[in-house]
Amino acid sequence: MLKFIIPLILFIIMAVFLALGLNLRPSEIPSPFINKPAPAFSAPKLNAPEEKLSPADLKGQVWLFNVWASWCVSCRAEHPVLNQLAKQSAIVIVGLNYKDEANDANNWLETLGNPYDVSIMDQDGRIGIDYGVYGVPETFVIDKKGLIRYKHTGPVSDDDVQKIFLPLIAKLQAEP
Amino acid sequence: MKPLLFIFLLMMSGGIYAVDTHQLADPEQQESYETLTKELRCLVCQNQTIADSNAELAADLRQQVYEMLQQGKSREEIVQFMTDRYGDFVLYKPPFKGKTSILWIAPVVFLLMGLITVFFFIRRKKAAANQHSDAGAMEMDIEKQKKIRSLLEKGDPS
Repeated sequence: MLKFIIPLILFIIMAVFLALGLNLRPSEIPSPFINKPAPAFSAPKLNAPEEKLSPADLKGQVWLFNVWASWCVSCRAEHPVLNQLAKQSAIVIVGLNYKDEANDANNWLETLGNPYDVSIMDQDGRIGIDYGVYGVPETFVIDKKGLIRYKHTGPVSDDDVQKIFLPLIAKLQAEP
Repeated sequence: MKPLLFIFLLMMSGGIYAVDTHQLADPEQQESYETLTKELRCLVCQNQTIADSNAELAADLRQQVYEMLQQGKSREEIVQFMTDRYGDFVLYKPPFKGKTSILWIAPVVFLLMGLITVFFFIRRKKAAANQHSDAGAMEMDIEKQKKIRSLLEKGDPS
């Protein structure tokens, strides 16, 4: 009897671990930033490089910080979703144009539409490192106090907007 | 011979094209640079260190490590800088704490489980083998004795 039970138990243990493994998404690394202040920066705006923007300028508002680049293929997939979100004007959307050329970036916005209230340039990727960016696109939700409340790695889908972003934004807008 | 030599050289060349390396003036710092880049994970490729990887992010992180060393930052400070941004996942050697304990304990537990299984398995096999051979020897003896006796009594027919 034991002869059959032991392999059965081993099989069940293995099956459980493998099943868990199937559903893991190793590309999604838990961000250490949740509920921490958004790292400071002072970066030139894409459309007006002589002007600078820093997170302090956005205090008191809930904002979306979306890392994008014209060379990034999944950003192209995400773009219509952001355009749609921008139309609802539910939230301020700030773009971080990551390791990109200003010309390419401006062309991209002209042809595909510009969902960003403002985009800033991060040509050498320093701001990206400060935000722990490892896979573009990434999207952060930052609350009125300047704390990062949510991070999404990879393209945001319509479903994500409806199920995660909009409810979270509504909740954060209601906070003092 | 020539094609063989060519193939051999091709095979060897893999290790030669190193990813760009920064050179620090201080040999001690250079050593820190080399160990640090071998302990930090490239987050894009996930199964390579930033020393091994050609990904752009890995190059940026190498640059970051290089600059921080030049500024006289200690290894701990650099590791802290990286984990603050990327979490423990960036470390190939994760620190021992609640979240990561299973990583550290599991191999030992599995090894022990294996050793215990092997121990019992061998013991059982041995016991079974002993019993079997003893009984076999006895039987053989009885058979043989019978045969010998019968041979002695009747005489060899051959």
